[in-house]
Amino acid sequence: MKKYYVVDEKRKLILTPYEKFIRSVKRCLNTDLISGLAFIINETLKRGNSATIKYPMEKIKLDNRYRAVHRLQRFIESENERCIGCGLCEKICISNCIRMETKLGDDGRKLVSNYSINLGRCIYCGFCAEVCPELAIVHGVEYENAAEQRSYFAHKKDILTPIDNLINQVEFEGAGSLRADADDFVKVTPNYYDVMKARESEASISNSSDTKEDKTNKEAKDV
Amino acid sequence: MKININGKECLANDGDYVLQVARANDIFIPAICYLNDCSPTLACRMCMVEIDGKRSYACNTKVKDGMQVLSNTKELWDERNAIMQTYCINHPLQCGVCDKSGECELQNFTHKAQVDTQNHWIKEIDRRHQDWGALQYDPSLCIVCERCITVCKDKIGDSELKTIARGGDAPDKDFKDTMSKDAYAVWTKFQKSLIAPQNGTTLDCQECAECVSVCPTGAIINKNFQYRSNAWELTRIPASNPHSSDCELMYYDVKQRSIKDNTKMVYRVSNDFHFTTLNKAARFAYDIASDCKGKDEVEFNRLVSLFKDNKIKNVKFNSYITNEEAYILELLRQKYGFNLVNNEALCFQDFLKTFCAHSGSFYNASSDDVKKSDFIVIAGSFLRHDNPTLSYKVNNAIVMNKGAGLYFHPIKDTKFSKIAKNFVSVNCDYGKEAQVLEFILQYFAKDLPQNLAYIKDAFYEEQIEVEVKSKDAEGNEIKEKKQETIKKSSLAKELGFDEDKLKDLLLKKANFTLIIGNDYFYHENAKYLAYLLANIQKLTDFKVMLIPPRTNTLGVSLLCKLSKASDGFTLGYNERGDFSFSNDEHNNLASSNLLEQEGTFVNYDKRLVPTNAALKFKGYYLNDLANALGLDALYTIEYTEQLPKDKGFLNIAFDDLTNHYDNAGNNHRGYLIDTCEFVKNLKQDNQIPQNIKSTCECKKDDIVILANPIGNLSKYTNKSSFFNECASLYASKDYLAKHNLKENSMVKIYDDKDEIIIKVVLDKNIENGAYLPTFDDKINPYKFFKTRRYYALNIKEISYE
Repeated sequence: MKKYYVVDEKRKLILTPYEKFIRSVKRCLNTDLISGLAFIINETLKRGNSATIKYPMEKIKLDNRYRAVHRLQRFIESENERCIGCGLCEKICISNCIRMETKLGDDGRKLVSNYSINLGRCIYCGFCAEVCPELAIVHGVEYENAAEQRSYFAHKKDILTPIDNLINQVEFEGAGSLRADADDFVKVTPNYYDVMKARESEASISNSSDTKEDKTNKEAKDV
Repeated sequence: MKININGKECLANDGDYVLQVARANDIFIPAICYLNDCSPTLACRMCMVEIDGKRSYACNTKVKDGMQVLSNTKELWDERNAIMQTYCINHPLQCGVCDKSGECELQNFTHKAQVDTQNHWIKEIDRRHQDWGALQYDPSLCIVCERCITVCKDKIGDSELKTIARGGDAPDKDFKDTMSKDAYAVWTKFQKSLIAPQNGTTLDCQECAECVSVCPTGAIINKNFQYRSNAWELTRIPASNPHSSDCELMYYDVKQRSIKDNTKMVYRVSNDFHFTTLNKAARFAYDIASDCKGKDEVEFNRLVSLFKDNKIKNVKFNSYITNEEAYILELLRQKYGFNLVNNEALCFQDFLKTFCAHSGSFYNASSDDVKKSDFIVIAGSFLRHDNPTLSYKVNNAIVMNKGAGLYFHPIKDTKFSKIAKNFVSVNCDYGKEAQVLEFILQYFAKDLPQNLAYIKDAFYEEQIEVEVKSKDAEGNEIKEKKQETIKKSSLAKELGFDEDKLKDLLLKKANFTLIIGNDYFYHENAKYLAYLLANIQKLTDFKVMLIPPRTNTLGVSLLCKLSKASDGFTLGYNERGDFSFSNDEHNNLASSNLLEQEGTFVNYDKRLVPTNAALKFKGYYLNDLANALGLDALYTIEYTEQLPKDKGFLNIAFDDLTNHYDNAGNNHRGYLIDTCEFVKNLKQDNQIPQNIKSTCECKKDDIVILANPIGNLSKYTNKSSFFNECASLYASKDYLAKHNLKENSMVKIYDDKDEIIIKVVLDKNIENGAYLPTFDDKINPYKFFKTRRYYALNIKEISYE
């Protein structure tokens, strides 16, 4: 299908009354007007072709990058909360709407005992999600935040994924999330030393007793 | 002398280190391990500089005239980058939860040295957390800069920390070729050592937590602060230590209590560790704010009418108040003519006045002089318990200046006598306070006045055998033994002290300081002691320092006309009275605590220092009462400007007072009191006091002194959750043995009138003696002691049979 037309800059200007008359007759006799009308009638009468969303029965599906009310995520594997209480979101928040309470947990780790966002102050800039090193605080899809009062708090229990609903937790793909090829940028940590040593010793063992039987066994194991 | 650092001409004194000069001139040279006033350890090597083309370390290189120092070249920063890399090897990336995050020097220097890669690796080792009582040690965060060890040894005097073997692998030899020499050395050392308490498992120290303060990373951390707040969330409010008369600069770190409760709360106390050291009380006793709900108008009006009807005969108060409050009390006294009762301050005031009258000047030493001196005599103070901060300064002086000293006290503080060989503890008996001063006069004074001439004659003769070497006619050496009579001081003999030792101690000493404590102020012979002391200040090289017993005893003594209580209605301000306007639990009307008030103190350096309110107080301030009684000031701090000039105060408004130290360590806290003005306006009483023979002729074994355990200095510190102890009798091992007592058993201590039943607890760090604390409001030791410091008490174990 032809999408673009080249503008004819050297087109002759129609200036005389006779030329104008001829042009309008040509246009009237053309079927463009009728086909346009037919298209409109057709579109109007088509079923399920409304651009209007019948809110609140219907809701729009938001893009991943949309910054709606926050969510606190959990780890799917361990069910633990992802938030480590580092306080970076609290620090970076330009409207000063995030607060957290932390203390020493029974397990000797930092425990986030409560967390709150004042949604009345929040400007949904998304810095908190962006700065979070653990991807613990992210933006959700809940965008209906009309409230009866100006200050309107979401506490930890409101925004943390409930354990029984963990299966439906969606990984956030908006601002602050890892890029798809993030794995390629991971460098070997000093702890990799142990792995290397282990491999070396393994290699030396396999070199010293390099019988065919061993090799086949090993290959079988690897498979 | 002048040296040139990075193109800037800097003035320096002989003996300064390059790093000190750089800091004093606002030139940044990175250093992790170096602490002001401590010996350089050279552990981190970050302070490397180029001096006249040669590499050396700024922290331990002394200045020479015309030195050319470069600290910012690319090569130096490359080396520093390599060093910082080695610190980051296996350092856990838990900055997210680390309490030091945001104020971590490792973080800062890693950024500063632009470390962005890690080229080295080594095997991980066991890094389990260690429980050190109030503190926690995390070996994985520790970079073994040894600051904690240095500060504990050079400043605090506990020497409770040491390095032990870490048990890590040595770095691979291959790295030797690829990395710089310094970085490799730092890494090797780092792999070898770890910090540990002296006795292996837990700390046995006074828990000042200065090691936490100096720790550049989060390796040593206070358990009561751990994981409660990030550094950047806290608001720093500058203040002065409200618990003891050092009034050191400290900061209340304040934040909202919780999400739901917006009221402020103090999370911790921090300090400028390069310039100040805090004692345990300042560090931990911060959760003592009153839980006053609001203004109790009924009681307030009753109090006002008590004044207006002239019913109040006495106002009893203590010295834990600001100058402004003391001045308000004095103004009210002038208006209503009641007695201002504060026995401790009265004793101190009398002592001070007698001292000033006879010496013609105020006591002339400050804690800075103590720090600079190399010969220190302490008398009449159980120093580590009475004023821990001053004991740090004494320790600092003796360690850093290779100083010597004498410590006269009946109870031996074993930790103190471990500071140095040249710091000799003299266990003089009770009641021999005058002899101590007389001996100092005898030994050090040039000319004694007529009426002290008897001190000059206090000698006895002793026969000793002396070996005399001589040569006979043939030139051979012969040794002969001869009897010789020498004169020896009978005063020294009375004190049980060998004066010959003093000669060795005094070798090459130039700066002398004499520190005098509570025992002397509360002594029945205080006037005579003050007179002797005045003579010491006048006639010897000693600078004299008095330790005001409580936070603002000096301020109160300067400002208030104190007297003894008379019969009649007593208002207790922060004390118990017929009507208590107090911050205790049992009060009629709540008053504010010191951390809820703005105001000023006069510290032992005779300096007026400001303190700010950390928390809001909802009840009535003393100022509100003053306003209701006809004085007029919107805020208490309006009185700061009005403090009387004839007592030595300068008329400077509170808001114009500064409260900080500069990079060179110069003190910019408030202002020095004009002591000459105070002495000039003193009513001179030049009568020479009589030497009263002590009436305390009791058995030495039974003596108990009035003292608190280290850090728990008063009822205010004991209010905090960190202390919150019940009073016990703290006794030495030999005291328990002498009286056949078991540790932790209940005992009855009594004289012919009163008795107290109390638990007896062993204090490992003292010898021959016991002390009874004052911090517990429920047990009143003053019924025995009155205003004395020591008293003979009978003791008996209670058996439940």
